[in-house]
Amino acid sequence: MSEARTAILERIRSALRDVPPGEDASTDGVERAFHRRGEPGTPETVARFAERAAAYKVSVSECDSAGAGAAIHEILERRGHRRMVTAEDLPQAFVPHGCDVIVDHGLTFAEIAAADGVLTTCATAIAETGTIVLDHGEGQGRRALTLLPDYHLCIVETDRVVSLVPEAVARMEPSVKAGRPLTFISGPSATSDIELNRVEGVHGPRTLDVLIVRS
Amino acid sequence: MTDFAPGIVVERDFPDAARDALANTQLRRNIGKATNTIRAKRLKVVGEMPDWQELREAGRQIKAQVARHLDTHLLKLEEAVTAAGGRVHWARDGEEANRIIGEILARHGAREVLKIKSLTTDETGLNSALAQRGISAIETDLAEVIVQLGEDRSSHILVPAIHRNRAEIREIFKRKLAGTENLSDEPAELAGAARRYLREKFLTVPFAISGANFAVAETGSVAIFESEGNGRMCLTLPKVLISLMGIEKVIPSWRDMEVFLQTLPRSSTAERMNPYNSVWSGTRAGEGPEEFHLVLLDNGRTDVLADEPARETLACIRCSACLNVCPVYERTGGHAYGSTYPGPIGAILTPQLNQPGPAETLPYASSLCGACFEACPVKIDIPRILVHLRGKIVGRKKETLAGKFSGEAIAMAAMARIFGSARLFELAQKSAVIGQKPFVRGNVIPSLPGPMAGWTAMRDVTPVPKQSFRQWWRAERGAESSAKPGGSA
Ligand code: SF4
Repeated sequence: MSEARTAILERIRSALRDVPPGEDASTDGVERAFHRRGEPGTPETVARFAERAAAYKVSVSECDSAGAGAAIHEILERRGHRRMVTAEDLPQAFVPHGCDVIVDHGLTFAEIAAADGVLTTCATAIAETGTIVLDHGEGQGRRALTLLPDYHLCIVETDRVVSLVPEAVARMEPSVKAGRPLTFISGPSATSDIELNRVEGVHGPRTLDVLIVRS
Repeated sequence: MTDFAPGIVVERDFPDAARDALANTQLRRNIGKATNTIRAKRLKVVGEMPDWQELREAGRQIKAQVARHLDTHLLKLEEAVTAAGGRVHWARDGEEANRIIGEILARHGAREVLKIKSLTTDETGLNSALAQRGISAIETDLAEVIVQLGEDRSSHILVPAIHRNRAEIREIFKRKLAGTENLSDEPAELAGAARRYLREKFLTVPFAISGANFAVAETGSVAIFESEGNGRMCLTLPKVLISLMGIEKVIPSWRDMEVFLQTLPRSSTAERMNPYNSVWSGTRAGEGPEEFHLVLLDNGRTDVLADEPARETLACIRCSACLNVCPVYERTGGHAYGSTYPGPIGAILTPQLNQPGPAETLPYASSLCGACFEACPVKIDIPRILVHLRGKIVGRKKETLAGKFSGEAIAMAAMARIFGSARLFELAQKSAVIGQKPFVRGNVIPSLPGPMAGWTAMRDVTPVPKQSFRQWWRAERGAESSAKPGGSA
């Protein structure tokens, strides 16, 4: 083991002589008196998600599960996007028709970047903050997929929408414990670095559309 | 390339540096606008959270547990990161951290490395250390690009280029970036120029360095909060990723993120959530970097840990809320603090990570108004720590022989005697009424001679009134009350 490691641990232990030996080190005893339980998937929660996502300049639309294919087609037509990247395991109901679908069987970064956009599902969505969360599992693809194209259409099924951040953190726990990466997305990429003016799309997708599908 | 290494060695006394900053009106205007805007936004997004105080308290408790059991959590983190395919390194100081990172990159023959904004790498002066090895660090945050291309220094931990206006930024880009001859000063166009310059770098440079907002001991996951997507680029596309984090950034369990995912964005960019948060654990086949290194940095943090009254300094999640509410920061901006860490947090952190010297003037860069404490999402009692540090500095000075016989020490000792005795106090008041006569102009004393000149350089002093409260009391109430209220005046 490294000399630095031993030295730092020793310094920490001598700094903490006031801490009684055997004290519980975990955060299980922390008071969590803040709101932790909402109403996942209810129409109110979904409406709040839509409103909060729209506040980030996300364009949000809604359909029922039977109408998903048509709704996707309509959004892509309106945007004029013809070449869409998807993950291999995107559920059949969401695979766009009427345009070129480029399935990621190991695309190069350049190939991903050259597409008009990417279409994915998400793992969960948070109403309170208007956030979509990807655990890069089924339908979502690896991280580069939702990063390099300039456009992202994300399908959010209503049973995945939770009210609060703590609920999303709890839902994502198995994914994190399985070693999956997570990406929390709240609106398109932005910066406020120039005189605090918010400018959309510095590096990530400059446009983010959300389609809420009632499950 | 900057050569201000390392970022926490303070070269000038704060009052001295602040005088220059105050004379720069552009800087003052930009900083004033920035802090005002963010302050108003923050109040709005914090105000809509009915459980904000409970979240602050939970954050404080989590961070207190981290500090009290830091060794346990770091060892758990090391184990989890290693199990996930990463490598953990330990660095006693900035130089050691820079060497570890430099050696990893040298082993791969790197000439260029991408960087996500990281205060910790600024603290260690990493960029200049890498430059000495012939490796150039390419900053990828828009503000850092502006600072780096402008050969400048950050002035705010969240919006480092806040001291630059759009016209200045356009000039910097035109000077340094190809194909920008016709660039306008529209923010969207300026951002577009940075996007083009960096896109090529992201796709071609296979090495990246980041800091870390949090690292979860339980799962070995590291989290980065950002806005622009440059962070995601650096965390996803390169083959080798190195993250440098202060040892205090560890949090015990994944569940603890439920607190900071709420308090950090609202306190920092004053949004419900910042655009992107990335979480990753070690390496993963077919996804992201093939090699991941986590460097754990001490660099004086264990000294802070040992000083129990100041220990909570380590709870800081670097949100910058305390900067934006601070009346001193609002006027001087970040440069005057001469450190990676400006504002109220800098006033307590920098001197603790530093050698005695000019950094000791920083705990005095505050009016103790308490706004920082109220804004802080982990409830760090900054005013109390400032006073504690002032006490330590005075104590240290008094220990030296020169300190014992300094004018200030003698004057303070005399004051203590006078304030301790009602008779001496009245005598002093009487002599002051007579002694001040030559200096009074109208109702104020605009300047005093000798060692008191420093005090009156920035403020007027109200003269001691002709009749003291005690004299008035005796004249009004006579002998009936001469027993009390005595002792205090
Ligand atoms: S001291 Fe508190 S308010 Fe200031 S940067 Fe740190 S966490 Fe934020």
